[in-house]
This record gives sequence, structure tokens and C-alpha cells, in this order.
Amino acid sequence: MFYIHCPYCQEYREEEEFHPRGQGHLMRPADPDNATDEEWGDYLFFRDNPRGIHHELWVHSVGCRKFFNITRNTVTYEILETYPMGEQPTITAESEKLRKEQGVQTADGGWQTIGAQPDSRALNEEISS
Amino acid sequence: MSNASAREFNTVPAGNPGVESPLAWSYRQQKVSSPASAGVVLREKALLGHMVLRGGAIVLDEAVRQVLGMSLPAKPNTITRDEAGERSIQWISPDEWLVIVPGGEEFDLEHRLRESLGDAHFSIVNVSGGQTVLMLAGDHAREVLMKTVSFDVHPSAFPVGKGVTTIFAKATVVLRRASETEWELVIRRSFADYCYRWLLDAASEYGVDSQ
Ligand SMILES: [Zn+2]
Repeated sequence: MFYIHCPYCQEYREEEEFHPRGQGHLMRPADPDNATDEEWGDYLFFRDNPRGIHHELWVHSVGCRKFFNITRNTVTYEILETYPMGEQPTITAESEKLRKEQGVQTADGGWQTIGAQPDSRALNEEISS
Repeated sequence: MSNASAREFNTVPAGNPGVESPLAWSYRQQKVSSPASAGVVLREKALLGHMVLRGGAIVLDEAVRQVLGMSLPAKPNTITRDEAGERSIQWISPDEWLVIVPGGEEFDLEHRLRESLGDAHFSIVNVSGGQTVLMLAGDHAREVLMKTVSFDVHPSAFPVGKGVTTIFAKATVVLRRASETEWELVIRRSFADYCYRWLLDAASEYGVDSQ
């Protein structure tokens, strides 16, 4: 069972009290009268299904009954952050990728890269110099 | 939304009709008493006035201060009570509070709150008929709750004056710590019998007094 921090109740609650409601930050077409079928289709039916970082809408259904957002890793199920409606995530797929590529700093001041991708080595040299 | 023209309806009929609490039937079916050894005591605080207030915290706070002489709890999951301990206001969500007052006061209170709030953006709903309060006490009350709710009921996580809406044996209750020894469960009318029988079962090993 997960222990989820509700940003409105401001404490951790049991997973049983929550319900997931799919992808977060969905924007209704700003000008609905002039939106194309494709825009409506994207808004109504098409959802991201990423491997890794995903921003989701959840509701504290047995509790304060407020909706909020969760940044979650769909591979590890790790919940990275929860934040109220109207706010933007501090952790994104890009920021996580950057963190992994930069790796951990070793004792001799060099960089040890997790994954050791060629392009991330160049990035590390750039940062450490 | 203007509340000035909102219709008020006194849910207590004129005359003196017989009233029954949501647990009346359950009590008739199953009343347990083992006074000397009871580790768990169950009592219904029947037919109280329950009201749900919704709106902005600042406007509502001003109104309840004026009408009830109490402040609105601003901190999540907390309850304020008057000196007698008879009236309480509980934080339910950032824009929702549960007010519980002695039975019979609710209609007058609703009227005075509406007057005080005037044209502000708010909602008051009298939910007295929809829920009831069950008091749980005794040396083993906490053990019974540990079997029933996933929320941590240890005193360090659940001090006196705290109240949460949580899952109670797959049903929903508002769980409140009224004092060092007493817990209050605000339960839905339709779940009252289920919760009552669950508590009797969960508490039977400690001895129950539900007189
Ligand atoms: Zn909550």
C-alpha cells in the first residue's frame, strides 16, 4: 500500500482513500467554438502512456474530496511529488533525465555516469570544468 | 449566487412527533451490556444538529465568530469546541466545515448565519437527518479503532482536537478525538447499523457496553 501526501489535508494518508483520474494538466480547447475535430479528439480521447515520469490527476475521495496532481514513475511506481491544482510539477521527464545523466559526483571530483551514454559524458565534462 | 432569497426549511415538524435516531432499530435488535468488565463503551449522541458550511474561510470565520462565538478552525484536520464542549466546528476540506450543535438549535443557527453572511458566496446545508454521532470510549477503544481504520490512531499521530474523514471498515466516517478517553464517530445514516454491528463484533473480545 502507498502512503500518499494530500496537499490539502497536508498529511500522508492511506492509498485506499484516493482514486486516480488519469493524466493531469489536460487543457480544454481555449476557443471551443472554433476548435478542430482533431483538437477535440486529442482533448477527449488521446492520452499519454509514458514509460517513466507521468503527471496524473488524483482525488482524495474519502477525505477532503479535492483533486490534486501526482508526479509518478510508471516503471517503479514511485510517487515523486504531489501538488495542488493550478500548480506545475517541479519534477519532469526532462529534469529526471538530466539528474540521471549527471550521475553522482565521486570523491576525486570526477563524475560517475549512470548508464554511461556517450552524449551524457560530454555533458558531464561541460559541467565539471 | 445570492443567499438572501434562499428558502429556509425547518426539518423538525410542528407539534411533537416521535423521532427515532438512525441507530434506534439497531439498538432494539442488539443491545449489549456487561457493565463491570466492559473494555469498550458505545453511546450514541443522538439527534444532534449537523450542518455543512461551505465558502471562503475569512467570510465564514467572521460569521461564526459573531453568531456562535467560536472561531473557524483554519488548520487542516482540526476541531474547535465551545467551553461546554457541546458545539463544535470541524475542518473537512479547504472550503468546507462541519458544525455540530445540540439538537433543536440548528434551524435557528442556520437562520442567524444566513443573516450574518448576507450576500456573501456561501452554502449552508442542514444534514442532521443524514448522520449521527457514536461515542466510543473505554480502555480498549483504541484497539478497536486499530482493527477498523487504516489511519494511525496512536496519540502521537492523533492528538485530542484532531478529526479526519477516513475509511472505517470499508465505510466512510468522520473520526474525531473528543478527549483523552473519548472518540467520536460521525457516521452516515445508511451505514449506522453496519458500523454499529462492526463495532460490537470488533469489541466483543474486550467486553462491550452499548446500553
Ligand atoms: Zn485531502
